[in-house]
Amino acid sequence: MTLYVDKREALEKRFLVPDTEMPAGKPRSLMRDAMRRLRANKAAVGAIIVLSLIIILAVLGPYFIPYDYETPDWGAFRAPPDFASGHYFGTDQNGRDLLARVLYGTRVSLTVAIIATSVSVTVGVLYGSVAGFVGGRTDQAMMRFVDVMYALPYLLFVILLMVMFGRNVFLLFAAIGLLEWLTMARIVRGQTLSLKEREFVEAARASGVSTLPIILRHIVPNLVGPVVIYATLTIPEIVITESFLSYLGFGVQEPLTSLGTLISEGASVIQVMPWLLFFPGAVLVSLLLSFAFIGDGLRDAFDPKDR
Amino acid sequence: MADTRETLLSLTDYSVAFDTPDGVVQAVSNLDLDIAPGETVAVVGESGSGKSQTFNGVFGLLARNARTGGAVNFLGRDLLSLSSKELDKVRGRDMAMVFQDPMTALNPAMKIKRQLAETLEIHRGKSRREAEREALQMLKQVGIPDAERRINQYPHELSGGMRQRVVIAMALLCQPKLIVADEPTTALDVTIQAQILDLFRDLTQSFRTALVLITHDLGVVAGIADRVAVMYAGRIVEEGKVDDLFSRPAMPYTAALMRSIPRVDREAEAVEPIPGRPPNLIHPPSGCPFHPRCRFAEEKCVRERPPLGEVSAGRRAACWFPFIDAEAGTGGENALAETANV
Repeated sequence: MTLYVDKREALEKRFLVPDTEMPAGKPRSLMRDAMRRLRANKAAVGAIIVLSLIIILAVLGPYFIPYDYETPDWGAFRAPPDFASGHYFGTDQNGRDLLARVLYGTRVSLTVAIIATSVSVTVGVLYGSVAGFVGGRTDQAMMRFVDVMYALPYLLFVILLMVMFGRNVFLLFAAIGLLEWLTMARIVRGQTLSLKEREFVEAARASGVSTLPIILRHIVPNLVGPVVIYATLTIPEIVITESFLSYLGFGVQEPLTSLGTLISEGASVIQVMPWLLFFPGAVLVSLLLSFAFIGDGLRDAFDPKDR
Repeated sequence: MADTRETLLSLTDYSVAFDTPDGVVQAVSNLDLDIAPGETVAVVGESGSGKSQTFNGVFGLLARNARTGGAVNFLGRDLLSLSSKELDKVRGRDMAMVFQDPMTALNPAMKIKRQLAETLEIHRGKSRREAEREALQMLKQVGIPDAERRINQYPHELSGGMRQRVVIAMALLCQPKLIVADEPTTALDVTIQAQILDLFRDLTQSFRTALVLITHDLGVVAGIADRVAVMYAGRIVEEGKVDDLFSRPAMPYTAALMRSIPRVDREAEAVEPIPGRPPNLIHPPSGCPFHPRCRFAEEKCVRERPPLGEVSAGRRAACWFPFIDAEAGTGGENALAETANV
């Protein structure tokens, strides 16, 4: 029954040469692998380029144009887009440059979306992974709480938060993030349930790692895929929420503006000044499409089997 | 067993039961087993014989619906009565586990060095850098070529054999007194299996670590173990020194197990499967659990369960009619030949 010894020695002599030809280079993490696959996806790459352009323009653009978002140009009220005057997107009823307003609006919309999304990711991941990993009654209680939160009307909450936070839009959207984490928590919990049955979690437990470090070091890093995908899909959702709330008059207050506010203002004068709707609308649509394509690309990149 | 022996781990009247919708599954019943420091004990049995659950219970890794009974004494402490926090201080430091499948036993999102360093940081309070240096040394010791580069890689960049070496390195890092390896070679191909077993033998000798090898591969057992415990239906049915037990099995089940493996030095037809199936552990058979499949079974076997008694020096077997005469301590070889002819 120890016959293998001879066979192995014979094999070792012939085949056990150190594998030096292995491709050197950086170690490939899950993330790096996914990014490599993402780069091969044309729609996603295009979307990333468009998105970066919009972000760069929104951040740097205002420094390069002669007008700001609140000062009226007394010589140009309701002016259509015109290259000669420098109002490339035209002006609104109050003579404010639309390009400047769109750039500021994009800034505000994106900031708000990023704040709300990061709040919802943080809360959702922690909540979901703890519920899923601890399991049992804790899980039951935590998930029923999520169900109750789901059942409460969203708009009612927003109005309550409005009362609490008043004029501070950014705080308001941090609070909206606190409502958005529900779905994230559910997704994360589901993933955690399947992850915790994997042997490496048991191995970690067998080597004396206690519950919290297991969740933080072994469960959460393995959630990157679904979390990143869901986060990219949450950002446009928040942008739309913000537009909707601004449309209702709950969002950003004048003279500061956001894409949603600009669109709602533009919509009311579509017959006389269509550019007021067209430009902010075009930016919003490209933003949403980019995020959708990136989210889609990421889903394929993190889970190539599902394609 | 001789009482004078020093013991590291001792299971006394140890049981594991699972509450299931169909009833209580008695996975391990009234098990007694002692493991001395530095020795290698193989636990052998069919699937479902309770060999893995026995040690999952020792490590506190049982499913939620499990109940344990008896006592598990390890370094003077009863592991079953420890809280999970206290258990965390023992697991990984004084005893470590090597899992069956190296493909899934490593976290795919963590670099090798982080996974290795983790136990050292927890149990030895080492700094990150120091722990990683020790991890590198251990990787070299388990024979990973180009360890400096490998340690910075992720598990999926390593081959199966190398991953199992990493898992072994992880178990050895804190220099535990006991390593439990649950079918450590099952997921590997034959040439790698042999290397891994050699590695186990060398390392447990040089670190003076006791090794419990859970396996169904008798070839593995012969090459590495000092002592073998054969499990059937959640009980140890025979236990003894590896050479004794292999040359002269005392219990019909062990003999049947031995004849059911193909060997190069015998005709292929000589392989005999054991008839029947492993018993249902919700409704275990009366008397000796093996009697429905045993061709030497008599009425007494059906009625009464044989205790695990000493049949010769250092040999225990649970059988009413062992092949070894308790007084003479011989006759086993004849019995084996005899059983082959029946």
